[in-house]
Amino acid sequence: MKANHPHRRRARAHAAIGGVGMIIGILLLQFFRVQVMQRSDYLLQSEQNRLRPIAVSAPRGTVFDRAGRVVADNVPGYAVYVLPAPTDSIRASLRRLQPVLGMSDSRVEHLMTRVRRHEPLLVRVDADFAAVSVLEERAAHFPGVFIEMRPKRRYHSGRAVSHVMGYLGEVTPDELASERFESYEQGMWVGKTGVELQYEEALQGHEGTRLLEVDASGRIVGSFTGRTRDPATPGEDMDLSIDLELMEWIHAIFPDSLPGAVVALDPADGGVLALYSHPTFDPNDFVGGIEASVWNRWNSDPQKPLFNRTVMGLYPPASTWKVAAAGIALDLGVVGPTEIMPIPCEGGIVYGGQYRSCWFAAGHGPLDLAGAIAHSCNVYFYQLGLRVGLDRMLEAGTRIGFNRQCGIDLPQESRGIFPSERGFWEERFGYRPVEGEVLSLALGQGPNSQTPLKMAQFYVALARDGSGPAPYLRRGAPLAEGWSLALSERALTEIRKGLSAVTAPGGTAHLSSLEHWELIGKTGSGENAADPERPHAWFAGMAGPWGEDPEIVVVALVEFGMSGSATAAPIAAKAADYYLRRKHGIPVDSVQTLGEHLRKGRPAPWARWQ
Amino acid sequence: MHVLRRSTVDPPLTGVVLLLTLFGIAMIYSAGVLNIPSPVTSGAWLRQTQWLVIAVIGFAVVSRVPLRWFEWSAVPAYVLTVVLLGATLVIGTGAGTAAGVTSFIDLGFIRFQPAELAKLATVLALARYLGTRDIEPTTLRALVAPATIVGAPLLLVVLQPDLGTALAFIGILFSMLFWAGTPLWLLLLLASPGFSLILSFDTRIWSGFFVLLVIFLYFYRYRLYLVESVSAFLVNLAAGTVANPLWNSLAEYQQNRILVFLDPSVDPRGAGYHLIQSMVAIGSGGLTGKGFTVGTQKRLDFLPEQHTDFIFSVVGEELGFVGTVAVLTAFAFVLVRLVRLAQRAPDPFAGLVIFGIFGAWLVHIFVNIGMTVGLVPVTGIPLPFVSYGGTFLLMSWVALAIATRVASEA
Repeated sequence: MKANHPHRRRARAHAAIGGVGMIIGILLLQFFRVQVMQRSDYLLQSEQNRLRPIAVSAPRGTVFDRAGRVVADNVPGYAVYVLPAPTDSIRASLRRLQPVLGMSDSRVEHLMTRVRRHEPLLVRVDADFAAVSVLEERAAHFPGVFIEMRPKRRYHSGRAVSHVMGYLGEVTPDELASERFESYEQGMWVGKTGVELQYEEALQGHEGTRLLEVDASGRIVGSFTGRTRDPATPGEDMDLSIDLELMEWIHAIFPDSLPGAVVALDPADGGVLALYSHPTFDPNDFVGGIEASVWNRWNSDPQKPLFNRTVMGLYPPASTWKVAAAGIALDLGVVGPTEIMPIPCEGGIVYGGQYRSCWFAAGHGPLDLAGAIAHSCNVYFYQLGLRVGLDRMLEAGTRIGFNRQCGIDLPQESRGIFPSERGFWEERFGYRPVEGEVLSLALGQGPNSQTPLKMAQFYVALARDGSGPAPYLRRGAPLAEGWSLALSERALTEIRKGLSAVTAPGGTAHLSSLEHWELIGKTGSGENAADPERPHAWFAGMAGPWGEDPEIVVVALVEFGMSGSATAAPIAAKAADYYLRRKHGIPVDSVQTLGEHLRKGRPAPWARWQ
Repeated sequence: MHVLRRSTVDPPLTGVVLLLTLFGIAMIYSAGVLNIPSPVTSGAWLRQTQWLVIAVIGFAVVSRVPLRWFEWSAVPAYVLTVVLLGATLVIGTGAGTAAGVTSFIDLGFIRFQPAELAKLATVLALARYLGTRDIEPTTLRALVAPATIVGAPLLLVVLQPDLGTALAFIGILFSMLFWAGTPLWLLLLLASPGFSLILSFDTRIWSGFFVLLVIFLYFYRYRLYLVESVSAFLVNLAAGTVANPLWNSLAEYQQNRILVFLDPSVDPRGAGYHLIQSMVAIGSGGLTGKGFTVGTQKRLDFLPEQHTDFIFSVVGEELGFVGTVAVLTAFAFVLVRLVRLAQRAPDPFAGLVIFGIFGAWLVHIFVNIGMTVGLVPVTGIPLPFVSYGGTFLLMSWVALAIATRVASEA
């Protein structure tokens, strides 16, 4: 066989070795290409294979009241996520989670609509501990599911502070589209109202990123806590001017059946001591997602528990506004502090051929300012209004801001309704106003609706030197512009004298007078379009130690309360008493007003009977 | 009468093969180091070690068998294994990672793959046949008998279906025909139906190929009988036309493997997944690798069959290009050494046997390693000495024993 000749064998061997060299060479070339030239591409791919970036929530800033009590803080919560995966396997994961988390089929379908390609799906913001234990123990059974410690908001005395703090909710697509939330991402929780919304950016902090290592089936095999790319930055802490205990107290004493509002301000600087709207809600119910049934109930409730009456509710201020008219007249110098009006009250007055009556048909007789405030005499204020004149009344009312917001640091505040010029009547009512409109305005009637907060701001000016700083919630926040009335010491004294007669013996609110404090104020009955028989009850006033400057301004409004002296004044009195007792170290007592003392049969040594 | 006593084991070759096997055991151990361990892979290195002991014993025994015994037993062994292969189609079972194919015979106490035996028996039978011819095959007709000898077991293996082992049989046929002195052009002509089959996916390319074939047949018209030219023409024509029905007869996973070889991104989560993950593992290993046992692709279970068919992906990921070069060098040494042993063997039978083993290993090495980096379609074919698998390790060592024995005696 020629083929087996050694030379032929050698030739073929060389050919075969060449073939081996070629094949090994091809392999080497390919490995060089993959391992050396394209290494970085494949390295990146292998990192992406195994590492999943997870957002680490930042705890929201803690909110304190003026005494350093915690209003809102965070507790550890457990959020359940499913890692990005093909839709089918996410659906399978949700089905497995269903019995553990107690999710309905419709909830699963809802979650499926929120699946994003590269982001973990948030299944439950706030899973209970039992569910979390099951998921942790049987982790292998739940591939792709992971649990993230996620700080969850907690409100102390939630129902008392709900309208101050507001509540949280998941950021909506509409919000994400807005400029304010452009740096936000789906799944984040943001403030929806109140301080939570007002200071959202400060409270939110910054999310961090953590890397999770997963295996091929999506099971989490370890976390790279040490390799956090970007640690979460907690939100800013925040001091509010509110007195948490005072708000709790107001919540406790406010009559359950009636809607209303209480505003308490610190006359020292206009800081909000309490801002309470009734009925209320519990912002803790929003943590972890509000249940549809609760949300629907609140929204369909005719008493609107989510509506913040203190800053959004507009009510005709009625007699409480007479004091504002007085302030304006004194500021303009058209009325002397002790001057007696030329026309005494005989039950009414004729102006422009029309008879305008006083509420007291028998007549109050001749009155000075203090007496007029004390008796809320219409005849006096008609004359006062005429002296001011319509134009100057509109100008002054506008300057004080009765048609502006107070500028409190809350996201929602209604503007008061008050004509800024004569054109108002033409626009609204289609007629040119006559000078006589000022008569109604001076009484707090006519086109005039105010929020309880605005009225409180005005009374702050009376409790001070005539200047009304803008009320604020956050300490150190830049203040909105205030205003001031040029009121002499004498004028202020006379106004306060008039207000004090209201709670003095013989005054309409005498039963709301207090043992330790001088409470002065004005009651009012605001027209109620919904039920003319049951007007809104007002009390606006201030309190402080006897003979000293007021230390708290309180406005109470009770819708359908009918009588300011019977329903609104006791609430304001009890709130002021509670605040002042604690401030001055006097033990708190639930029997506070004169009326309560009388009903309990307790002696009321301060009450002087005429 | 008196033969110069030479070592029957060829120490350099056997030494390198032993190193490769020990290296394989280390890599099988690493392949079992997973974040979420699996009982299948975590103990595999121990079982492989036990098999190595058996393999070395088998090697020692077989290397004491005289050359002539192999010659005598070639035909009976061939007949027996072909019968066994036929039997797997009826009583065969799947096992381990090859659960889908019925390539094992379970005897109760032991489970083995007759295909592994068949490769050796076929090598011996073909060496016996070619070794006794006085003239080298220079006509197509002369290739009919060798093609039939290999074709019978090949067909049975394809029916299992085990495409990878079938490729090994083709490697055996061509390498042995080459060593028997078959001219290269004839080998190409023999392979032409295969090319036709592959190229027929694109009618234009196949048409071009077919024109080339016709030109080729015209130039070689004096070396070929007319009937040969005509049959080569017809067989190519047939291969081109049956390609489609044949394609449709393939199992879906086989079709997918070929499709994703052409473009892994067509099915990144399905059939392309293995290839992509393997390349990511190897590529991310870089120059020096991620370190023994710590490869993330492997550890996190992204690699398919990382202790058997894709063991080389673990090598690439953990030991990097350096490790790849080292292993390829070792295999190159083994292959070149086999060629040298064949070259030195004056006995035609011995040289042919060695070249048959060479051909089988070359296919195994190229196809197995090539598929991990996308050079070759993913085929279920193990890497000699390195992949986990008892029968395969034993038979590889037995093949080594036969090769070194016949080399020493020839």
